[in-house]
Amino acid sequence: MTIDESTLDHLARLARLRIEPADRGGLMADLAALTGLVGRLAAVDTAGVEPLSHPGDLTLRLAPDVVTEGDRADALLALSEAAQGGYYTVPKVIE
Amino acid sequence: MSIDIAALAARVRDGTVRARDLAEEALARAEAARSLNALVTLDADGARGAADAIDAAPARAGALAGIPLVHKDLFSTRGLRTTASSRMLADYVPPFDATVVERLAAAGAVTIGKASLDEFAMGSSNETADTGPVRNPWDPTCVPGGSSGGSAALVAAGVVPVATGTDTGGSVRQPAAFCGITGLKPTYGRVSRFGMIAFASSLDQAGVLARSAADCAHALAAIAGHDPRDPTSHPCPVDDYVAALGDGVAGRRIGVVREWFGDGVDPAVAAQVRVALERLEAAGAKLIDVALPTLDHAIPAYYVIAPAEASSNLARYDGVRYGHRAADPADLADLYTRTRAEGFGAEVKRRILLGTFVLSSGYYDAYYRQAQRVRRLIADDFARAFADVDLLAGPTAPTVAFRIGEKTSDPLAMYAADVNTVAVNLAGLPAISVPAGFVDGLPVGLQLAAPAFAEGRLLAAAAALEQRSDWHRARPEGFR
Amino acid sequence: MSAWQAVIGLELHVQLATRRKLFSGAATAYGAEPNAQVGLVDAALPGTLPVPNAEAVRMAVRFGLAVGGRVARRSEFARKNYFYPDLPKGYQISQYEHPIVAGGEVRARLDDGRDVRVALVRAHLEEDAGKSLHDAFHGATAIDLNRAGTPLIEVVTTPCLHSAAEAAAAMRAIHRLVTWLGICDGNLQEGSFRCDANVSVRPGPDAPLGTRCEIKNLNSFRFVEKAVEYEIERQIRELEAGRPIRQETRLYDETRHQTRALRGKEEAHDYRYFPDPDLPPLVLAEAEIDAIAAALPELPDARRDRYQRELGLSDYDADLVTADRSTSEYFEATLAALGGPEPKRAKTVANWIAGELAAALNAAQRPIAESPVGPEALAGLIREIEAGRISQKVGKDVFAAIWAGEGDAATIIAARGLSVIRDDAALAAQVDAILAANPKPVAQYRAGDTRVLGWFVGQVMRATRGQADPATLDRLLRERLG
Repeated sequence: MTIDESTLDHLARLARLRIEPADRGGLMADLAALTGLVGRLAAVDTAGVEPLSHPGDLTLRLAPDVVTEGDRADALLALSEAAQGGYYTVPKVIE
Repeated sequence: MSIDIAALAARVRDGTVRARDLAEEALARAEAARSLNALVTLDADGARGAADAIDAAPARAGALAGIPLVHKDLFSTRGLRTTASSRMLADYVPPFDATVVERLAAAGAVTIGKASLDEFAMGSSNETADTGPVRNPWDPTCVPGGSSGGSAALVAAGVVPVATGTDTGGSVRQPAAFCGITGLKPTYGRVSRFGMIAFASSLDQAGVLARSAADCAHALAAIAGHDPRDPTSHPCPVDDYVAALGDGVAGRRIGVVREWFGDGVDPAVAAQVRVALERLEAAGAKLIDVALPTLDHAIPAYYVIAPAEASSNLARYDGVRYGHRAADPADLADLYTRTRAEGFGAEVKRRILLGTFVLSSGYYDAYYRQAQRVRRLIADDFARAFADVDLLAGPTAPTVAFRIGEKTSDPLAMYAADVNTVAVNLAGLPAISVPAGFVDGLPVGLQLAAPAFAEGRLLAAAAALEQRSDWHRARPEGFR
Repeated sequence: MSAWQAVIGLELHVQLATRRKLFSGAATAYGAEPNAQVGLVDAALPGTLPVPNAEAVRMAVRFGLAVGGRVARRSEFARKNYFYPDLPKGYQISQYEHPIVAGGEVRARLDDGRDVRVALVRAHLEEDAGKSLHDAFHGATAIDLNRAGTPLIEVVTTPCLHSAAEAAAAMRAIHRLVTWLGICDGNLQEGSFRCDANVSVRPGPDAPLGTRCEIKNLNSFRFVEKAVEYEIERQIRELEAGRPIRQETRLYDETRHQTRALRGKEEAHDYRYFPDPDLPPLVLAEAEIDAIAAALPELPDARRDRYQRELGLSDYDADLVTADRSTSEYFEATLAALGGPEPKRAKTVANWIAGELAAALNAAQRPIAESPVGPEALAGLIREIEAGRISQKVGKDVFAAIWAGEGDAATIIAARGLSVIRDDAALAAQVDAILAANPKPVAQYRAGDTRVLGWFVGQVMRATRGQADPATLDRLLRERLG
């Protein structure tokens, strides 16, 4: 299918990716080609087939309700470029 | 190095070989192989420290005592930066070890560095790495394959005898094939994914690359097994892979998959793979032609599911808690969009956008759900085939290693490099790529796939082929 | 003017009272230092994987069984994808197509005694987000991830409610149930139990549903009532003025008692839900569900009905002693200490709980579970009254003394000499003194105005500090006045 400007903008907004004007044309062409590739699936007859999300017969294993991780705020916040006073920070969000 | 890593480790344990000497030798070889651009980070100090610790009490060291190795830079290493070959994580130093890293260290293996990969494991040529393309030791103008290209190149160049890799759609097997080594992708759930940076969670599986089936078996034995920190880790018992090496292929029924010899496969590669299969036949295997028609849909199904999962898995890279953060963001949207635009490369962005598209409102059923249904058809097709045969076989990749830059402007051509490898990931099955000769001086890989948890059967077949060939002993010029 | 009908559905976010988080090993306790309870998964470090908490799953099942819903033998976690700074992974792990509980019903009682059946759509497991503090720093929003990953069940009602009072009653009923089940601490101030209300109005019960607005993050019963009330009136006002309702998210302003639309551009959400590829299906064994069912406590509605049926409690009293689990346990324990459930005693115990005890707890701001007068002590006091050793009135003083820590009822009665005066001679002396001091009312009585008898009783009671045995006193007065 063709990926138009507004579709590209919509996807970029959902994915929080800034796209440089110079890249737009190439990306639209690539996405058109790729959606064409994956669009071939439409031709496969899957009537009555249950979707498969996980390979094999895996079912979920659960953890006991025991606290195993303590205070590691210092180590975690040290990874951030914008930690301040024990918090992560981002530019002010207005609700 | 003609002995396997377990025998070498035994010499370290009995004190006849020093771990430190093995480490120094690997570091020197890494230095000599710098032109391959295969290492993101060389950890000489860490390697020397770990080796010295083993030498201090060699008798207490494990099954891989003193064996130098590299980890694909997708495995988290405590205190050692882990980049996923992305600008996004260029300075990220994890506060914990991946289970694979932890288990190999516990077995006595010595990490000498972190190997390059396609950014976030997205690629088939190792050209999308933030640190630039990795070169194939067999021909430096060619790619080593991907995404575990750095790991494959370093093993092929003899820098280390064994390396870890990850395989989401062929990322262990295809570079192993391109570099003339053995690469094993275990059953989904056999090896813990904890600490392995996610690309596509339902497909990703840790694997090993080495120059022999035996070394793969020893490495797999060290990392396989249940891990409560991975909810997809399987609790079933681990087979004795080393014992399985001697099982041979006598009486084994090998299904030669028609679809894996399809139109896109270079006839010379197909012919060479048939030569390898005849060797297995000579060793007692029975070759049977089989058809798995749904495999024709594997590429499109994979390129829906993998990007969909990736688009979600990579949402955490937002500049807030770790990794790259755009300078002086004007507001929250600017922080997000610029951080991600600056931190991710072109291929990662393409896949995030594609994955976002297939999950988005109005397209989910047509693309994502349909792909999951096709995924079941493929898994069922494999199950049907394995009712008749013990192994499935075909070329690992449709071509030998291609030239650097040859396919970078055409994502579709690049994705076709995975045409024979993605299906087993969709079904969660184990598969191996084994050296199967050369075409125009470049290595060819034979892919064998097996039912879930039959890694031993793959290793036995690989070992049987080694006995009837010397392809795995060939070394690239300049790295002998 | 048409008769507008309001249509309201609630989404309740119920924090589960587990020790660890839903997917990480970090603690869930409230009030820790910022970011001190953040696991590797909660910070979404690359390569970390969620491992679900077994107890959170059991709690969700407990809820499902308690509301009579269908507990899924196979449910599925899904990702809800959106970017927000307090959502570290860029997606929330929730349940979408296959929730752990479908259907079910809760009975809610209105103030006028009417019952409303609150039908549930579903209850699903999900993780809470962290907290964004918008005023902590100049020019920056601060993020505390302590709450990130705390287990929740989101309980979704059908749009079956038609007034603010019904909405508040439904919220109360679900609150009572989850605290009763012990799956939530119910602390509204700390955000353990939060409500979103979807409100629309239509010209009549047969008209198609109107456009709805969602009021987010209501954390008190009163706010729900006020906010819904305001919103219904606002929507009717808009529609009657010919202005269509815009579908939007609104916040409740607690000081102005108004709702207002969220500022900023309302972005078109596309959450791209899909099955979480890290989490295979959650499969529950039949035996496990049976075991959880067997361990369920008697539920509040059933207990209330039983109290009315077996103990003859009034509607009011039955409601009162089943208002919450601890009150009910207190009631049961007191009855047990008195030798078992018996209608007359049940009423007496209920009266004490509703009267002296409630007043004292309220004044001291203490929960009933921490009452200084425990069930045993209250039972001891009631026994003294039943045995006629003290009067009801003196009993209140004894209660206060027990509360103050002076010992049990018998000790206090003995120490203070509070026993009822039954002795004729002792009481006669008091009566004679009162009659002698009040010739005028004596004359009134003798003239036929027998109403003053009560006044004399009161005088003697006051003089004896309530210790006079009423029957003896009555007899003595009549003898002397007659």
